[in-house]
Amino acid sequence: MWEYTDKVREHFLNPRNAGEIENPDGVAEVGSIACGDALKLTFKLDENKRIADAKFKTFGCASAIASASALTEMLKGKTIEDAMKITNQDIADYLGGLPPEKMHCSVLGQEALEKAIENYRGVSYKRPEEEIVCACFGVTDGEIERAIRQNHLTSVEEVTYYTKAGGGCENCHEKIQGILDRILTAQGSEKEPVEKPRLSNIQKIRMIEETIEREIRPSLQHDGGDIDLIDVIGNRVLVATRGACATCQASQITLKSFVEWKLKEFVSPDLVVEEVAK
Amino acid sequence: MKTVYLDNNATTMVSREVLDEMLPFFHDRYGNPSSMHSFGGQVARKLLEARHRVASLLGADPEEIIFTSCGTESDNTAVMSSLLVNPGKTHVVTSRVEHPAIKVLCEHLAQKGYRVTMVGVDSAGRLDMEEYEASLTPDTAVASIMWANNETGVIFPVEEAARLARARGIAFHTDAVQAVGKIPVNMKDNVIDMLSLSGHKLHAPKGIGVLYVRKGTKFSPFLIGGHQEKGRRGGTENVPGIIGLGRACELAAASMEKENTYVRNLRDRLESELLTAIPQSRVNGVQDERLPNTTNISFEFVEGESILLLMDQFGICASSGSACTSGSLQPSHVLRAMGVPYTMAHGSIRFSLSVYNTEEDIDLVIKELPPIIEKLRVLSPYWTTQQGACTTV
Repeated sequence: MWEYTDKVREHFLNPRNAGEIENPDGVAEVGSIACGDALKLTFKLDENKRIADAKFKTFGCASAIASASALTEMLKGKTIEDAMKITNQDIADYLGGLPPEKMHCSVLGQEALEKAIENYRGVSYKRPEEEIVCACFGVTDGEIERAIRQNHLTSVEEVTYYTKAGGGCENCHEKIQGILDRILTAQGSEKEPVEKPRLSNIQKIRMIEETIEREIRPSLQHDGGDIDLIDVIGNRVLVATRGACATCQASQITLKSFVEWKLKEFVSPDLVVEEVAK
Repeated sequence: MKTVYLDNNATTMVSREVLDEMLPFFHDRYGNPSSMHSFGGQVARKLLEARHRVASLLGADPEEIIFTSCGTESDNTAVMSSLLVNPGKTHVVTSRVEHPAIKVLCEHLAQKGYRVTMVGVDSAGRLDMEEYEASLTPDTAVASIMWANNETGVIFPVEEAARLARARGIAFHTDAVQAVGKIPVNMKDNVIDMLSLSGHKLHAPKGIGVLYVRKGTKFSPFLIGGHQEKGRRGGTENVPGIIGLGRACELAAASMEKENTYVRNLRDRLESELLTAIPQSRVNGVQDERLPNTTNISFEFVEGESILLLMDQFGICASSGSACTSGSLQPSHVLRAMGVPYTMAHGSIRFSLSVYNTEEDIDLVIKELPPIIEKLRVLSPYWTTQQGACTTV
């Protein structure tokens, strides 16, 4: 039995936005019944060019249904530009993570999103130079390469988890290893600092919560104070002071020189801590 | 919530009578049956009784029974023994729908340089006997064909297959893990050389298996060590497991008729009512020549794991041949060998019953499954269009 998070189970049992929008602004169908999962995504924009509604239809397992449900929730209210930034990792994070073997469900979501946006923009999806590597699941070298770069994959097994490539007859394992070797060697020789993966909001909030719990709260409580995390907007971390902190003249200094400093150290150097009105 | 257990081809409940018979041999009567003292000797006598009970269910001689740790060990022992006692021969015949205990072993042998023929099945899951016969050559060391398929329940004509092998001087082994206890097996009526069974498929515990080896069959042990099992399988005996299996075999013989009347009726009702209630569903596997407890039904355009998880909400346990449930990315090798279309294979569910199931269990599935399939079909991008396409055909 798969170890699904409560959120995956919840989205599977009660899928959001199931169905199909009539006369959609963007539409895409990815996957196939032979491959075991398929997703049809439709969305509609409002007058401000924001995604007013998104719906999905999925043939597939629980995590495929949950990933599609999550994707439609994430899309609502976003501009096309912001929607394009959603990665498969964001979808997985939204669901509190997916089992490694099921990451291809989130990749399917990202693929559908890309194609639906291309459909909206009237761009043809054809990438003629791409060659099919995995004949069992019809996965191209370009798709494998994107998955490797985007998710920092290092083994054939991981490539299979994310793209399904190599999960059938296994004849293409050597080719996949070749693509991996080429990308990993190139990355090594460029000696570029490995780009730190962009934190999704979910990851960021979770890390902030963990840091407050582990690094900050014990010290404050030691002095009879406390803080609560109220919201995270971009890089602004909104907190409320409690207990002794709430009445302490020096609390602003504590927030800036202690709380913010800890969050910059453990989460992201871009964070700014702000106190919400008492 | 009550558990409605319809996954008895995966494993079965250890029955109360079996457990009661085993329990004294964990704590009170823990002696080693090989010991010289009477404290161990009394255990040895109990093992002998179990050996007789197992032999009786199979129509075998007690000396033909070798206790092992599981069905997989029995299968591996049988095939590897045949290769070791026929050092000049490099060919193995099996089927495309074997359990991994044989299938993966044979794939492994193929990598080691052995020639392996995997005989196909037809769309109803029946073994291609012509292909089987044609595949037997003077170079063939062993033919291993399962008695009944674990996924579809289809029963293979292994007694005929054994005769064909015997006529050519080829050893014949059958993985009878799913057959023993569900259909009559009598080794006096056939020329099968070796047969594997597994305790936990017939209400004995996990961790106990048997390899039947016909008298006069050349044999080379797989586990080498002590003199246990007359040197044919080293290692201190799993005493409680063996005693439990002995009792389970006795009970299986007693409930054989119930299995083929009561259980078969439950299975048939489940099958026919689901097929009636759910459009575009079909049974995988031939109607007759099937284990009385097994049905494998495909529900087109939905995916098996989703069905299982929704049934789980009602306490219903079954299994699926879909890709997602196997951890691999392809649907069951059995359904693929049968040529079941992908639209059907991904949505296949196996229900396997036991004498402990009731009419109420079946009622619950008949009530809850149709809305589950309906719910998933509404979600499926293929459902409406395909349904329309099918009605015009």
